[in-house]
Amino acid sequence: MTPPKRTPQELLASWVVARSSSAAADWFLGQLEGLKTSPSDKDIYLALGYATRKLGKGDLDLKPEERAAAAAARPHWDPSDWSIDQAARLAFVLAGQTRDGAAFKARLETLFNTADVWELIAFYRGLPLYPNAAQHVARAREGTRSAMQPIFEAVAHRNPFPMEQFDENAWNHMVLKALFIGSKLAPIQGLDERANPRLMRMLCDYAHERWAAQRPVAAELWRCVGPHADAAAIDDLARVLGTGETLQRQAAALALSAARHPDAERHLRGVPDLSEAVRAQKVTWTDIARG
Amino acid sequence: MFLDSHTHMVSRTTDDYERMAAAGVVACIEPAFWLGQPRTNVGSYIDYLSLICGFERFRAGQFGLRHYCTVGLNPKEANNEELAEAVLAILPRYALKEGVVAIGELGYDEQTALEDKYFRAQLELAKELALPVMIHTPHRDKRQGTLRSMAVALEHKLDPSFVVIDHNNEETVREVLDRGFWAAFSIYPFTKMGNERMVEIVRSYGAERIFCDSACDWGVSDPLAVPKTAELMRRGGISEAAIEKVTYRNPLAAYGKSGQIKEDDWLNPPPIDQRTLYMGNSVLRGGQTPKVGIAPEAGSTALGDLKIV
Repeated sequence: MTPPKRTPQELLASWVVARSSSAAADWFLGQLEGLKTSPSDKDIYLALGYATRKLGKGDLDLKPEERAAAAAARPHWDPSDWSIDQAARLAFVLAGQTRDGAAFKARLETLFNTADVWELIAFYRGLPLYPNAAQHVARAREGTRSAMQPIFEAVAHRNPFPMEQFDENAWNHMVLKALFIGSKLAPIQGLDERANPRLMRMLCDYAHERWAAQRPVAAELWRCVGPHADAAAIDDLARVLGTGETLQRQAAALALSAARHPDAERHLRGVPDLSEAVRAQKVTWTDIARG
Repeated sequence: MFLDSHTHMVSRTTDDYERMAAAGVVACIEPAFWLGQPRTNVGSYIDYLSLICGFERFRAGQFGLRHYCTVGLNPKEANNEELAEAVLAILPRYALKEGVVAIGELGYDEQTALEDKYFRAQLELAKELALPVMIHTPHRDKRQGTLRSMAVALEHKLDPSFVVIDHNNEETVREVLDRGFWAAFSIYPFTKMGNERMVEIVRSYGAERIFCDSACDWGVSDPLAVPKTAELMRRGGISEAAIEKVTYRNPLAAYGKSGQIKEDDWLNPPPIDQRTLYMGNSVLRGGQTPKVGIAPEAGSTALGDLKIV
């Protein structure tokens, strides 16, 4: 039996209630009701401020059926690593979505502009849930410009918003910045689908910069190089295949196996063991990301 | 372990953070204050408060220090009425942010009517939200300003155990302690307290409700003032228990009343914070190893010249 489809806001509220004491749940539901009916600015600031105090910052730790409900309510929505207070805060923010789009956007911007670090993480994670997605692109890009890695990752990781809304330049800079600040690529949704020749070139140039400075190059970098590799990029991959450490060589083999360039196959034939491991999926990009 | 309860880290360098961590400072509190020149509009206040609740907190974490702050309109800028009204309107947005341990720095500068008005309004806000208050006592006419600050706090029915009177000296400490307030001393060269004087204060008054801080900022000041003073107290024969109170336990107890600062924050940080806000390495460029502040054995750190006069 398929349960009736519920909105993200209903799901958030149900997850919070299920994980709270009855006193905390009463507080939460009372605030939520209040925000729906009397959306004064002070009320939402105090509700957001008290959220961690009343509900704690425990992991939401969703059950498989709850994750499935999330994906059914909003395709690609992945709240698997959210905390209870984040769910509560976003339920509070979304309680104002009955207002028209401009008013919702204006209030959300004010909340962003006066947020602490933990609130920023919550608000950026909420991007895929806000009405009128296109209105929030500039804000999302602001998040990817942050000097705080957890803020950057709130937009970039386990979040469908960038793959759905970012233009090519924004996308490419997000991926490059992830590497630049030592963040993982694997949790970025749409990484393979949105690979493109310009990004391939940016990443190869970045690898050359790192090599010139004798700094290490993250093995994940080659993931977005493979599918669009040109002759020069194939040479770079061949270099990694020939000289890199095991993880690097595995990454180069994975990238070459995804390449459409005719020379890719020739280089792979030179490393039959690695090629076989890739073909048999004994090595995947998930393994590379794990390091 | 040391807690420096008054630091303006936005004015300090990464070298300072490294030296503080190496000297055993595990946490610092950044009171909202002016910038050395007056702000001209509420927007710059918003960005400043966001900075001390945001990036500065994050930055400190990368060097192994926990960072907290206080929010409030300082007495100097209370004299700009248009600005003051606007700041009072946005303060409730910040007062409950994570890591906000008090409303402050409040109090008097020249003891004007406007200073008095906004001091009182913010005392009421602190009372409403059950937050401690940090009071900056004035540089000039200090004794009268201190007495007046306490009288007004009591008039507004604040519990003195929720109120820290900062920048004390030999002339103010007795009355502050007698009234049940916390007495903080800023070890700050030339204009506030020297640390040899601080040793004598502790010798005379004991360690109950007394603590010291560096008040390090953009002026000539010393972010190692607390560990240096601890060492000077040790050499002066003050007991370890008293030193711990003055440089760690007492400020923790005072600001801990906010519920926003506790020992577990640095002794047993939750995993999520280790991953996001604390001891990561994104301020460190190009493969540097994060410096994790592990308190050294007493006296093992090269603190240089200990005296601050």
